[in-house]
Amino acid sequence: MDSRLEKIVNVLQEQAGAKFDDFRGDVRVYVPGDKLHDTLLFLRDEHEFQLLALLTAIDYWPEDRPRYHVVYGLKSLTQNLDIQVRVLLPDADPRVPTVTDIFEAANWKERELFDMFGITVDGHPDPRRILMPDDWEGHPLRRDYPLGYEEPQYTFNYKEINSRKPFVKE
Amino acid sequence: MAEYQLEEIPVGPYRHLVSERAATGETMLLNMGPQHPSTHGVLRLLLELDGEVIVNCIPDIGFLHTGVEKNMESKTYQKAEVMSDRLDYMNPLGNNLAYCMTLEKLVDLDVPPRAQALRVILAELQRLNSHLVWLGTFGLDLAAMSVFLYCFRERERILDIFELCSGQRMMTTYIRPGGLWRDVPVEFESMVRDFLRIMPPRIDEYEALLTKNPLLVDRTVGIGVLHKEDALSYGVTGPMLRASGVDWDLRKARPYSGYEQYDFEVPVRPEGDTFARYMVRVEEMRQSLRIIEQALNSLPLGPVNSDNRKYVPPPRSEIGVSMESLIHHFKLWTEGFQVLDDSVYYAVESPRGELGVLMAGDGSAKPRRVHWRTPAFSNLSCLALITKGHLVADLIAILASVDIVLGDIDR
Repeated sequence: MDSRLEKIVNVLQEQAGAKFDDFRGDVRVYVPGDKLHDTLLFLRDEHEFQLLALLTAIDYWPEDRPRYHVVYGLKSLTQNLDIQVRVLLPDADPRVPTVTDIFEAANWKERELFDMFGITVDGHPDPRRILMPDDWEGHPLRRDYPLGYEEPQYTFNYKEINSRKPFVKE
Repeated sequence: MAEYQLEEIPVGPYRHLVSERAATGETMLLNMGPQHPSTHGVLRLLLELDGEVIVNCIPDIGFLHTGVEKNMESKTYQKAEVMSDRLDYMNPLGNNLAYCMTLEKLVDLDVPPRAQALRVILAELQRLNSHLVWLGTFGLDLAAMSVFLYCFRERERILDIFELCSGQRMMTTYIRPGGLWRDVPVEFESMVRDFLRIMPPRIDEYEALLTKNPLLVDRTVGIGVLHKEDALSYGVTGPMLRASGVDWDLRKARPYSGYEQYDFEVPVRPEGDTFARYMVRVEEMRQSLRIIEQALNSLPLGPVNSDNRKYVPPPRSEIGVSMESLIHHFKLWTEGFQVLDDSVYYAVESPRGELGVLMAGDGSAKPRRVHWRTPAFSNLSCLALITKGHLVADLIAILASVDIVLGDIDR
């Protein structure tokens, strides 16, 4: 690990009770959800991480370690460094605080986070869906969300399957 | 013919995004797109107008959402790559490169030098291709029709080169994990050299048509200014960021695939307006030509694929004589290769900016999650900021200068 990153990680360990790991040069810092805002503010203001390059989640369903990892990838252009801040969220009622007041880039990405994973972003200024239609049900990138498919219709079960399709009912 | 009634757009759902005056009807909400020639695809913009002045601009995206990220989770790593071409359809080889580099980082796979140099040549040709289409449509949006035709004429030559290599003009999937699909044909070098010979005077020609053209200058200088601080806060990358005065290019800052061997400059302009974005991209085309020339001159000989048979299928000649090769071939094309349960992020410089992939394996042959950090998504998000206070006609110029590709934004 880069010595500059090591210093930052040490401070975060003390201040926010963060854990960290390092895999193929990606440094990941795991912070509790309530310390997220302070952590990003600290990284931006005191360590010149100007760019929020990445904001997304990984769903570990059906495993529980915990279920969601919300990933914030920060980039420092002046120091040429990368750091990933991760928040671990449980299966039931996953929530993160908004960071739109720190990075404007988070606005659309947090909307996508809600749209695709159903992770509620507290305090978001524009909490609408972004990619899916407004009336869409479910959150497509969850691992337990099924890939859509068409049931094969034969002459003997044509009507039965048609009656289950949402769009044929007049 | 049926008579259509124009419906007013209700303010209700956008109450928190528009000004106070929209509720009283003092300003007008006007819909632009998703079917509009200057939105470069299917982008819908909801404009709040005071006369012709834009008070607020609310982009509405998602019309081209194809669920690529979800689909990739149900395919093996080799098959999922085929979908990456379709994301940013102006930059298929760049997407392949980002995908393969991330996968190579995840499984720790080395790429031989010849494949690295060829990847650079192809990625730079793809950048030229993308910038040519951008320049053509930018000109078209500003009513310069002939530039569009000239740019597409040169683009055809690049597509011919891709067709020669891979058999496909656009959706090539030519860059594969561990190297390339196959070595380039013998005609490749002469075709690229031909292209390198004709291209510099052609770029001068475009500049002669546009750079000092008063019609273009009047419509672009000082229009849609994006300041450095805002650009960083909005996560803007690529030529747009460099036109706002930030010297940041992943090819220079974190050289990948052998970019450190080549001598090139990163054009930066301090103004941050539409004209600066135009100038940066035109200069980038020249620099790409320089890179291609150097890479072609120092193109090493040797294999174009890693010899790690656990990830790269063996050549056909080996299958007939080696039992192990036959087994590897069979396992790779039926089951795929297993990738360990961890995640990495890797980013390359696409024509639009930082194109990154966050890839998480789950120990099986299919990825747990492939997230595409696409540059146009972040670049477009600052549109509301930089169009505020401009005329509707300027919006067209600004939008063209952002260089959006909806496949890249909606994924």
